[in-house]
Amino acid sequence: MQIMKEDTQFNFMGITKIAAIISILLVLISLASLFKQGLNLGVDFTGGTIIELAYQDEAKLDNIRSTLKTGGFEDAAVQNFGSIRDVLIYLPVKTTKNMAELSNEVVAVLQKDSAVPIDIRRVEFVGPQVGDELAEDGGLAMLYALIGILIYVSFRFEYRFAIGSVVALIHDVIITLGFFSLFRLEFDLTVLAALLAVIGYSLNDTIVVFDRIRETFLRKRKGEPEEIVNSALNDTLSRTLMTSGTTLLVVFSLYLFGGAIIHDFAIALLLGIGVGTYSSIYIASSIVLAMGVSKADLMPPEKAEGEDVNEDGSQV
Amino acid sequence: MNHYPLWKNLLIVAVIVFGGLFAFPNLFGDDPAVQVSAGRNGKVDLALMSQVEMALKAQSVPYKRVEMDDDRLLVRLVDADGQLKAKDVLSNAITGDYTVALNLAPTTPSWLEAIGAEPMNLGLDLRGGVHFLMEVDMNAAVKQALDGYASEFRTLLRDDKIRYQKIQVSNDKVSISFRSIEHRDLADEKLASEFSQLKVEVIEDSAAPSLEMHLTEVAIREIKSLALQQNIITLRNRINELGVAEPTVQQQGDSRIVVQLPGVQDTAQAKKILGATATLEFRLVDNEHDVQDAINGRVPANSQLYYHRDGRPYLLDKRVMLTGEHIINAASTIDSQSGTPAVSITLDGKGARAFSNVTRDNIGNPMAVVFIESKSETREINGEMVKVRRLVPEVINVATIRDQLSKKFQITGLDSTAEAYELALLLRAGALAAPIEIVEERTVGPSLGQDNIDQGFTSVIIGFVFVLIFMAIWYRVFGLVANLALAANLVLIVALLSMLQATLTMPGIAGIVLTVGMAVDANVLIFERIREELRIGNSPQASINAGYAKAFSTIADANITTLIAAVVLFGFGTGSIKGFAVTLSLGILTSMFTAIMGTRAVINLIYGHKQRPTLSI
Repeated sequence: MQIMKEDTQFNFMGITKIAAIISILLVLISLASLFKQGLNLGVDFTGGTIIELAYQDEAKLDNIRSTLKTGGFEDAAVQNFGSIRDVLIYLPVKTTKNMAELSNEVVAVLQKDSAVPIDIRRVEFVGPQVGDELAEDGGLAMLYALIGILIYVSFRFEYRFAIGSVVALIHDVIITLGFFSLFRLEFDLTVLAALLAVIGYSLNDTIVVFDRIRETFLRKRKGEPEEIVNSALNDTLSRTLMTSGTTLLVVFSLYLFGGAIIHDFAIALLLGIGVGTYSSIYIASSIVLAMGVSKADLMPPEKAEGEDVNEDGSQV
Repeated sequence: MNHYPLWKNLLIVAVIVFGGLFAFPNLFGDDPAVQVSAGRNGKVDLALMSQVEMALKAQSVPYKRVEMDDDRLLVRLVDADGQLKAKDVLSNAITGDYTVALNLAPTTPSWLEAIGAEPMNLGLDLRGGVHFLMEVDMNAAVKQALDGYASEFRTLLRDDKIRYQKIQVSNDKVSISFRSIEHRDLADEKLASEFSQLKVEVIEDSAAPSLEMHLTEVAIREIKSLALQQNIITLRNRINELGVAEPTVQQQGDSRIVVQLPGVQDTAQAKKILGATATLEFRLVDNEHDVQDAINGRVPANSQLYYHRDGRPYLLDKRVMLTGEHIINAASTIDSQSGTPAVSITLDGKGARAFSNVTRDNIGNPMAVVFIESKSETREINGEMVKVRRLVPEVINVATIRDQLSKKFQITGLDSTAEAYELALLLRAGALAAPIEIVEERTVGPSLGQDNIDQGFTSVIIGFVFVLIFMAIWYRVFGLVANLALAANLVLIVALLSMLQATLTMPGIAGIVLTVGMAVDANVLIFERIREELRIGNSPQASINAGYAKAFSTIADANITTLIAAVVLFGFGTGSIKGFAVTLSLGILTSMFTAIMGTRAVINLIYGHKQRPTLSI
C-alpha cells in the first residue's frame, strides 16, 4: 500500500507566505503567553514538596484540606490524581522549617485522621537551590544541543542549512513551550527531556529533507530553486508521513497507557513531533530557499566546477 | 544478484544470538529474599548458614533455599509475607555483627549466570525506594577545622608559656590577641613552624598586638574533600546499620552525596538517621568560676556556658576531653543501678589513653557529657532564602569522676530507650565530618513502582504492535522484514542494558518506546528509495542495491544529529533523565545495525538469488 500517489506534485513552496504567517502567529502567541504568565513550573524547578497518596476508598478532598489546615499546613494544595482514590498534595517552599521533614509530618497528620492505612505512592521534595540549578542546567542543555547541531549541520551541509534547521528547532521549542504555558500544563524535568527528544526528532526530519534537497539540486541540470525544493519535498513526503505516523502511534500509546506520571511527557512529544514535521517543510526548507541557496553552493568542494556529478548526486 | 558474504550473515546471526542470550535473564522474575551480611566482626560461614536454616525451621517459615556469597547469605522465600516474617525471625535469632535486610533475588538459571548474563537493574521508580540528594555544609567543615586549630593553639601556647589574651574563631580565620609584642612574635615563630598549612599574618598594632591565621587554598580544598569522603563513609555505615540491601552512596559534584535506598519503607526513620548530626563531647566542669556571673555575661576566657536538658546552667571548660570520633562501639542498655536507659561505650586505643590520663588527673572533679545536634533551618533574609545552621549543645549528664576511666564505660541521662538506641547507632556508625542536609528527595512506594512497570510494559507492547501492523500493511514482505529487525532491535537494547548493568527507569522505558517509533525510520527511508528506483524502471536487484546505498548517508546524518541531542541530554541530566538518554542512544546505535544490515541480510536471502524477482513492497 502507498500513502501517496506515486508522483505527488504539491506546491509546498507556493504557500510559504501563508505558512509563515501561521508560524509567526503561533510563535507570537506562545511568546506572549510565556512572557505574561510564564510556565507552570513543577517542583523540579521551583522547589517544594509533592506527596501522592492512595486511600482505600474515595479520598474526601475537603476533609483532607481541613485536616491539613488544622495541622498547620495552610498552604497545601490538594487535588485528585489519576483516580478518585489518589490524592496529590503540593506544598510550596516554606521558611523556618526543615523542609525535608515536611512530607513525613503531612503523612503523619493525615494518617492520624484516617482509620485505614494510607499508601504513600510517591514523595518528591526538591530544595529551592536544587530547583534553580535544574532550571539553569536545563536551559544550558538546550543551548548546547542547539550549538552542537548548528556545528554538525554547517559541517555536513552549508551554513544556510544550519541556520534553517536551528530556526526550525527554536520554532518547535517555542511553540511547544507556548502550548504548555497557554494551557497551564505542568512543566517538569520529564517534559524538558521530552523537549530535547523533540529537538532530536525534528532535526532528524529536517536532515532527511535537506539531504534530499541537496541531492535534487545536484541531480537536476536546470530548474528554479523553488521547483527543486518542491520536488525534493514531494519525494520525501511519503517517508515523512510514514515515520511521523509510526512515531506518533507509539507516543500515543505512551499517552494512553503509560500512566498519569508520563502524561505530560507524552503530550510534549505528540505536540513536538507534529510541529517538528511541519517545521522541516515550512520553516527549515523555506529559510534555506529564502536565503538564496543555489546549486553552486552545494557542489562538493573536492570536485572541480563543471565536472559531471549528475550520475551520483547522493555521494558527498 | 544480491548476496551477503557468509561471514556477514554469520556475524548478524551471532550478534542476535548473543543479544538474545544476554536479554534472556530479564524474562525470569525475582524471588523475595532476605539477606544476612556480615559486619567487620562477623563472618559468613556454614555455621551461620545452619543457624539461619534452624531459625527458619523452628518458626516454620517456608523458604526455597539459602545461598552463600562471598560476604552474605541469601535466603530465598516463597512469597512477600514469608519475606517479612523471615526478616523478623532472623533479626531476632542472629546475634553478633550481622545485618538482616530485605532484598530481591533474580531467579536467573545458573547456566546463564555462569556466562555473566544478568537481568537489568530496575530504577527506584520501578521497584520502589528512596533517592536522597544531600548537601554537605562546607562552611561548617571549614569552621570545624578552625575550631580544631584554635584548640591546638591553646594547648600549644599554654605548654610553651606564651601568654595570649584571647583566641577567636571566625568563618575563615583564627585570631589570637596578645598582651605584648614579644609574646606575639614568639607565638608567630612557634605557630609558623608547627602549622605549614596555615598562613600566619602579623597585625602591626602596638596597642593590640595580634596574629591572624588563615587556611591556605590547598588546605581548604583538602578539608572539603576529606569532609565529603568522611561523610560518605559515615553514611554507608549508617545505612548498613539500617539494614538496606544494595544501597548506593555516591559523590555528586564537589559538595553533594546521592543516596539511593531501594525498597526502604520507613523514610521518616531513614531521614532521621542519615541526616542526624548528633555527637558526644566530654568536658570538665569549671568549678573555679561562678555560673551566675557567666549568665550575666562575664564568661571566663577558658570556659563556656552550657545548659542541661532540664534547664540548669553549667560552666564547662573549653577544652574537650574526648569526642565521639574515638568511640569504636556503642550499645544501648539499661543502667543496672538506676534502671534508666544508658549507652555503653568502647573507646579506641588513642581515645582510651587520652581519656584515662585526663580522668586520672581529675578524680573527684565533675565531668559533663554534652550531646550536640546541628539543626538547620531555611530563613528568609532580605528576600533571599538562606540556610541557617545552629549547633544545639545539651548537657545530658554531669557526674563526678570516681575512678580512672579508660576503654569501657557507660553514660546515662538519656530520655528514653529509643533515644539510647539511636545514639548508640549513631556513635557506632561514626559522626558526620560536617553537617549534611537533604536538598532533594524522591520516594516511590512499591505499589506505584509496580504500576509503573505494568504501564510501561503495556505501552511498549501496544506501541510496538501498532508499528508492526502499520509496517506490514504498508510494505508487505519488506514490512515484515522490518518488523523482524524491530524485534531484534528491542532484544539488543535490552541485552545491552543488561550487559552494561544499566538501570532501567520510567523515562528509560519512554526512551525505548520512542526508539521503536524512530527505528523504523531507517527502513522507511530505504524502502521508499527502493520504490522510487523501481518506479523509474530499474531492475529489482539494482533497486534494492541503490535503495540501501542512497539511503545510507541520510540515515547516518539523521541519526548522528539525534545522537548529539541524546548525548547532551546525558551530560546535563540527573538520574532518571540520564536513563532516557541512555536508552535513546543505545536504541539509535542498535537500530542502525538491525535496520540496515539486518534487513538487508534477510531481503538478500528472500530475493537475492532470483534473476528478476517481483518485490512485495
